[in-house]
Amino acid sequence: MTAMMLAEWTKIRTVRSTLWTLLPSLAISAAIAYLAGSSFRTSLADRPGDFDPLFATFYSLTLAQLGIVVFGVLVIGAEYSTGTIRSALITVPQRGKLYLAKVCAVTLTMFGVSALIVPATFFAAQSGLGPYRVTLGDKGVAEAMIGAVCYLTLICLLATGITTMLRSSIAALVILLPLFFLGGSGLGNLPQIKDFAQYLPDQAGMVVLHLTVPDDPQQFGRDYGPWTGLGIMALWTLVALLGGLWTLRRRDA
Amino acid sequence: MIDIQHLTKRYGRTIAVDDLCFTVKPGHVTAFLGPNGAGKSTTMRLMLGLDRPAHGDVRFDGKRYEHLHRPLHTVGAMLEARSMHGGRSGYHHLLWLAQSNRLPKARVKQVLEMVGLPDAARRRVSGYSLGMTQRLGIAAALLGDPPVLLLDEPVNGLDPEGIVWIRHLLKELAGQGRTVFVSSHFMAETALTAQHLIVIGRGRLLADTTVPGLIGESASLEEAFIRLTAGGQR
Repeated sequence: MTAMMLAEWTKIRTVRSTLWTLLPSLAISAAIAYLAGSSFRTSLADRPGDFDPLFATFYSLTLAQLGIVVFGVLVIGAEYSTGTIRSALITVPQRGKLYLAKVCAVTLTMFGVSALIVPATFFAAQSGLGPYRVTLGDKGVAEAMIGAVCYLTLICLLATGITTMLRSSIAALVILLPLFFLGGSGLGNLPQIKDFAQYLPDQAGMVVLHLTVPDDPQQFGRDYGPWTGLGIMALWTLVALLGGLWTLRRRDA
Repeated sequence: MIDIQHLTKRYGRTIAVDDLCFTVKPGHVTAFLGPNGAGKSTTMRLMLGLDRPAHGDVRFDGKRYEHLHRPLHTVGAMLEARSMHGGRSGYHHLLWLAQSNRLPKARVKQVLEMVGLPDAARRRVSGYSLGMTQRLGIAAALLGDPPVLLLDEPVNGLDPEGIVWIRHLLKELAGQGRTVFVSSHFMAETALTAQHLIVIGRGRLLADTTVPGLIGESASLEEAFIRLTAGGQR
């Protein structure tokens, strides 16, 4: 299993698309976090009030996640479009094992990448917030950061699972990008669709990022807490990954 | 030794491979012949477990491909269809293949030299000529130093020097006691390289014989092949 995971890691690091999708995610997330922090600082100076610095901190992840989703799609989608999947199945004909090795390699890669993106985003946002900043030791900060790492890893695996099910990068992106743009632009909070939309994977993960407020009677509220939300997201991811496994085992390559 | 028993594959109502039975023995080059669409590539994919047969099975020294542990050590395969990422270098393509089957890094360099690609190996595959891609595919097949080789149209895209090179390579591999199974539609080349022939048409076995056995009274292997496969299409 470690040999197969090493092979999958080599595949990930030896194509340029990995850098092209993940590096912009890091840069965009940190840059927007700084801008969001600065703009909160300005508006708070004019009109002080109750505000959650972590909302300003993690807002940029909703944009940065798009690069991560594309990475999660391409990591398997490119195997189908280039025919690499045939080489992969010849070297490891036990399809379940091959898939598990890939999922593990993607998970570890995303944990590593998220462990860069999340702190970079956090510190960029705090420097923008200036006097309104929080520190790592403040209540809820560590929890939110761990949650953010989990959020990014899960969103990537969700994309990988859905792409394996559809066996096509394009088909997967057609579904995933509108879904996550909807979340990023806040459309998921429209009252007409919120009852349903709050259970979509990215929406459920937003509580832990402090992008929603639990029990808030207003539109941003959710019917569940941060870790339940992450659990809902994990459930979606698990279903997508199992769907991918089912397709991979069943279909001719 | 490859043993194929009652291999059958359907795509909807079309029968691509129809109750195919034959064995491929070690020690000589066996050519796999048939007109376009006869089912050669489908048979190769079925042999490697990429497609699932409707009936029958394929065994390598008694084992199904799906049950081989680290199969590169047993079977080396080159498919006709594209099977590598253009953005990855030839070296890295071979590296991940080697890692997945616990083959040493040094072996990657070795096979690159064997196929004459050491300089191009660091370049991305998308910049390769067809002949270089074929050589990389052959390098991948040789990685695990396997006793069985399956090559789908290895001569395609090779220049005259490359064709002579692969002719000698195939004979050498068979001479070492390996099982060498090569699909082709170049009759003149096949007559020079192969000792044994498996001919299929419309998914069915048409001939399982030696090269002189198929030529018989005909002027050439090509003529004998066209006569045989024309009969098979009726």
